[in-house]
Amino acid sequence: MNDNDTERERAGFGVYVLSWVALLILTATTVTVAGMHLGKLSVFTAVIIAAVKATVVLFFFMHLKYEKPFFRTMVCIALGALVIFIGLTFTDILYR
Amino acid sequence: MSATNGLAVGHQRDYAGAKLGMWVFLFTELMLFGGMFILYAVYRTTHADDFHYAAGELDTLVGTMNTLILLTSSLTMALSIAAMRTARKTVSIVFLVLTIALGIWFMVNKYFEWGAKFEHGLYPNSELLLQRAKGEILFFGLYFTMTGLHGLHVFIGVVVLSVVAIKMANRPYDHIAFAGEGRDDLRGARLALLDDSGRRLWASEPMDDSVKEVSVRVKYLPVPRRIRREDFAVLENAGLYWHLVDIIWIFLFPLFYLIT
Repeated sequence: MNDNDTERERAGFGVYVLSWVALLILTATTVTVAGMHLGKLSVFTAVIIAAVKATVVLFFFMHLKYEKPFFRTMVCIALGALVIFIGLTFTDILYR
Repeated sequence: MSATNGLAVGHQRDYAGAKLGMWVFLFTELMLFGGMFILYAVYRTTHADDFHYAAGELDTLVGTMNTLILLTSSLTMALSIAAMRTARKTVSIVFLVLTIALGIWFMVNKYFEWGAKFEHGLYPNSELLLQRAKGEILFFGLYFTMTGLHGLHVFIGVVVLSVVAIKMANRPYDHIAFAGEGRDDLRGARLALLDDSGRRLWASEPMDDSVKEVSVRVKYLPVPRRIRREDFAVLENAGLYWHLVDIIWIFLFPLFYLIT
């Protein structure tokens, strides 16, 4: 039997339920903030809250918090690539 | 998928490799949706007012409900894996079935949401849509493409999770038959079950001449040593996929429903 587990420890049910509660609160926040008509800021806050929610899912539901650093590095590289794509596209769009 | 039926004794499985492969696949998904998000961001910048106006026609309530449904399904998915980790097979299957049910509920909501749009003559390339401002056409084009592709992912996720649930419910038994060389080998022998230290846990009656063949049916009980890691790498990987689908929706929801 292979014994190459990649995770250091396991989260219990409580951690998942707490993550879920946090996600619900963040959802309520983003819906409320959207109703406040903040103009240009509203997109910004919506994306920031979405990013926080995604981080909660990645770290707890997808176990990244408990994984070996290798997995986290990989995710950072993938997200970094995406950020570069978006950044380059916008330097083109905004300064054309 | 070889990890799924890897219950045979001595079968080598690479759990870390399976998980690594799944993450690499998720990155390709990220780039697929990422490209679309870039497209969205660009058109949103160039047609901001049209986007705001068009987004007002989406039902925020349905969008919020679907968000809650997917978030909850992510919770039940994580709990299903946690239950399997602690060798609670039935609990795990119950949470998995809940996840599947929530996924189906999401798709049903999507069906009615899209259906309502179609009834109002709003669908890709419809005459009514093409009469609108360019930004609104782009918005609805992106809306149908991105939520459609996301919906397809939910559908695939439901199918994958269902297959895993069925596999788990039908945990395989191993059949190992030891055929004796001749009847002399079996006569007077006992069939015994020994623990690691060689202590006899159970033994049959001594066999007589009538016994020609003994077959042993081995059932792997869901104790942690047996089921964690190796056998349910597929459950975890399916879970990773499901969570990614959730993450994509986390971004789709505010960008389409909340920018009015």
